Amino acid sequence: MSLRIYAIAYLIFLYAPIVLLPIFAFNDATIIAFPLSGFTTDWFTELASNKSLHAAVKNSLFIALVSAVTSTILGVCAARAGAMHRFRFKAGIMGFIMLPLVLPEIIVAVSLLVVVVQILDLGLSNWTIIAAHVLICTPFCIAILNGAFQNLDPAMEEAAMDLGESRFSAFRLVTLPLVMPGIISSMLIAFTISLDEFIIAFFLSGSSPTMPVYIWGLLRFPASLPVVMALGTILVALSIVLLTIAELLRRRGLARAGVKDEGGFL
Amino acid sequence: MLSKFLSSENGRGLLMVSPPFLYALLLMAFPLIAIFLFSFWTQDFMTLDTTFTLNNYREIAEKPIYGALLQRSLFVSASVTAVTVLLAFPVAYFLSFHVRPDRKSLWLFLITIPFWTSYLIRVFLWKVILGYNGVINTGLINVGLIDEPLTFILYNVNAVIITLAHAFAPFAILPIFVALEKIDRSLLEASQDLGESKFMTFMRITLPLAMPGVVGAVLIVFIPTIGDYVTPELMGGAGGKLIANMIQTQFLALNNAPLGAALAIVAMLCVTAISLTFVLINRRWLKGRS
Amino acid sequence: MTALITLTGVNKYYADYHALRDINLTINTGEFFSLLGPSGCGKTTLLRTIAGFESVSDGVVMIGGKDMADVPANLRPTNMVFQSYAIFPHLTVAENVAFGLRKSEDLDKPTKAKMVEEALTMVGLAGYGNRAAHALSGGQRQRVALARALILKPKVLLLDEPLSALDKKMREQMQVELIRLQRQVGITFILVTHDQEEALVMSDRIAVMFEGEIGQLADPETLYRRPNSRRVASFIGKMNFLDAEVKAVVEEIDVTVQGLGRLKISAEQAPEEVSVGPAVAGIRPETLGILFEGETTDRKLVDGVVDEVVYYGDMTYYDVRVDGVAQPLNIAMKNLIGRPVLDVGAKTRVIWDERSLVLLK
Repeated sequence: MSLRIYAIAYLIFLYAPIVLLPIFAFNDATIIAFPLSGFTTDWFTELASNKSLHAAVKNSLFIALVSAVTSTILGVCAARAGAMHRFRFKAGIMGFIMLPLVLPEIIVAVSLLVVVVQILDLGLSNWTIIAAHVLICTPFCIAILNGAFQNLDPAMEEAAMDLGESRFSAFRLVTLPLVMPGIISSMLIAFTISLDEFIIAFFLSGSSPTMPVYIWGLLRFPASLPVVMALGTILVALSIVLLTIAELLRRRGLARAGVKDEGGFL
Repeated sequence: MLSKFLSSENGRGLLMVSPPFLYALLLMAFPLIAIFLFSFWTQDFMTLDTTFTLNNYREIAEKPIYGALLQRSLFVSASVTAVTVLLAFPVAYFLSFHVRPDRKSLWLFLITIPFWTSYLIRVFLWKVILGYNGVINTGLINVGLIDEPLTFILYNVNAVIITLAHAFAPFAILPIFVALEKIDRSLLEASQDLGESKFMTFMRITLPLAMPGVVGAVLIVFIPTIGDYVTPELMGGAGGKLIANMIQTQFLALNNAPLGAALAIVAMLCVTAISLTFVLINRRWLKGRS
Repeated sequence: MTALITLTGVNKYYADYHALRDINLTINTGEFFSLLGPSGCGKTTLLRTIAGFESVSDGVVMIGGKDMADVPANLRPTNMVFQSYAIFPHLTVAENVAFGLRKSEDLDKPTKAKMVEEALTMVGLAGYGNRAAHALSGGQRQRVALARALILKPKVLLLDEPLSALDKKMREQMQVELIRLQRQVGITFILVTHDQEEALVMSDRIAVMFEGEIGQLADPETLYRRPNSRRVASFIGKMNFLDAEVKAVVEEIDVTVQGLGRLKISAEQAPEEVSVGPAVAGIRPETLGILFEGETTDRKLVDGVVDEVVYYGDMTYYDVRVDGVAQPLNIAMKNLIGRPVLDVGAKTRVIWDERSLVLLK
């Protein structure tokens, strides 16, 4: 019983900052502090008219979309190899691919910066950010897709081949439909990570900032803070929607494969 | 020969795993090697001198500021790790042992949601909570517990630790939860059947079997926190800056990328050495018990 | 009888593990053939080399007179029932059964539907076509797997431990149905199993495998009555082993058996390469007997003392200590009317007959 109380207190701790977001987003004051002064939707209106913000959001959406698709494709390769194949140095190779999960982001950022700017002598652009985001998203995609692939009976593809299908069409007709919910859920997660990522994007963005880099700039000007709150509220709502879809798909995937649900993401 | 290799189980597996492997090789391993080489070079404004030198490392060793920053960073990472893992363990235990199986994924979902919401804004909101006119201070003054706003909770190392502990919470809960879920419940019954109390069963069965999850949690929190510069920048004030802020400054403001690279290498080596020591001690401890 | 599958000198290595050792085997058209052995003996690997899921390291696999070396699994005239059944969970029962017909473009839709219904009827699942596959019971999954494979009219049906996931009652029912089905379709069945009773009940011939080798290949009766080695004898049914010494080999074999004395047995009770010297004799528990009070026998008798009694309801198994025999003799007795169950320590007389003795390698 006391454990339950503790767990609920912990949840409150987790949600404390997020709950404040909508409160200040609708608060009619430029200072982010209590007491509250009144209700307004001005900050949201201001969002709608901010051209440079729109450009940043567009950038971020493009980066997140490309990163999500690419890292999910790489994730499918790795998860499939991990779950359905035996090969030499398997543990080492899989560990190596998962390494970005524990690599400090600043290390990823500076090492890529050095390679791109100093060694390859290329300019920074959205593509440099995408390259880095794919690297850090892939382990998350693998973790999600592992769930989908490990629940898959390896005999399933063999059965399709035994019934006359080639290796590729066996994958297309049997494996792909069964892991599809996992694939979509992996893309949504990667999309969310990339959309939100700041540390790397700050180092690697070119002339056009991503949304988090733009927000970082806003945080320095007290006058723009309520707008940030409004933007944050929208982002949180969006993340919750995306994650709920990802979670529902993951569960449907498990139900379709006829296995018991044993946990959430990761 | 090639076709024979590709039709073998081994070959097909390697072919399948090669795209993500090559990607990690090209975009992680090579850049890490590059930055390592880079740390032995020097830069004067925009011109890069590629003669091998230990000057960057010498500077790091000689100027006390770097050592102090590194020490503080390691202290912060270690504190964040300790706080996060200690706070997370009971939650993971509750989830695994006391929540109905069909409710577990809902709880996990609730725990992971805050993690996926804008990191920058979340850090900033802690400023709102801990600030001079923040939620805690206004609340405490209104209740009458304090007269003056508390100042030790913002713009120092404490604020950095609280914020990071919040940011990494799910990272700590999930590995421990997975390890606890794997424990065969009949082992606990067997232990009690053999005469151990509930508490001793926890100490002798649950905790040792959960250790791999705890180790995973420690590593996945400790290592990445060293690379964070957002939280110290926003929450740390003048006295709460960490090594990552210095790396960022060297690269982006002072244009001394080689020194920044050397700092990054030193920080990485410290973190890796500490992590390996921790893993080895833990392994020895578990072995010593069994 | 014509040979359908021929394996010649087949070897399979995994890294440094020798999974199949020089397998030579011929399986005939229309035969119900079983690969029997303990887990890890290579029986499943052998089945999978026939199916085309494993390549052979060395040797030739021929099906219908054609070398299968370069023929992938999807082009071989074999179909398989997997141990896990591998029923596609995202498809209906009918879609599962029709899966292999996708490439048969000469068949129109109604024909295919008719074939599916026929196949389902054959396995006793008529009308189940629209069910979701993941909602089926174990026995039903197995039937779908059978229908799915048989609809393609393969030359060979491969069954990988198909009954191991079923409970005892269901297993016995499916054994009978599989035999009936095999007679009906006339296709060669190759069954992999670790259950000796299952193999004896169902097969025309059985290959018993140990550590990647075929230990004995024979029909069920020969395998049971005349096992060629101690490991085959102890894997199939129960067997008492007695030290023996072959004195002479003429037309008959002159042999001394521990506890039973000197006797003569026919040549077919011994391996072909039998020679003078130490040997092991085997005798099955049910070919021994206990002489109860009031019963008579014209067979040979030896004195013993009951050492252990295990009561099974229809049968009682006795361990009886006999002078000169190291291990007590295991004896199976039917619990007929009027027969008491003896107590441990009871003095008794053991009935035996040299015709049930077998000499082992």
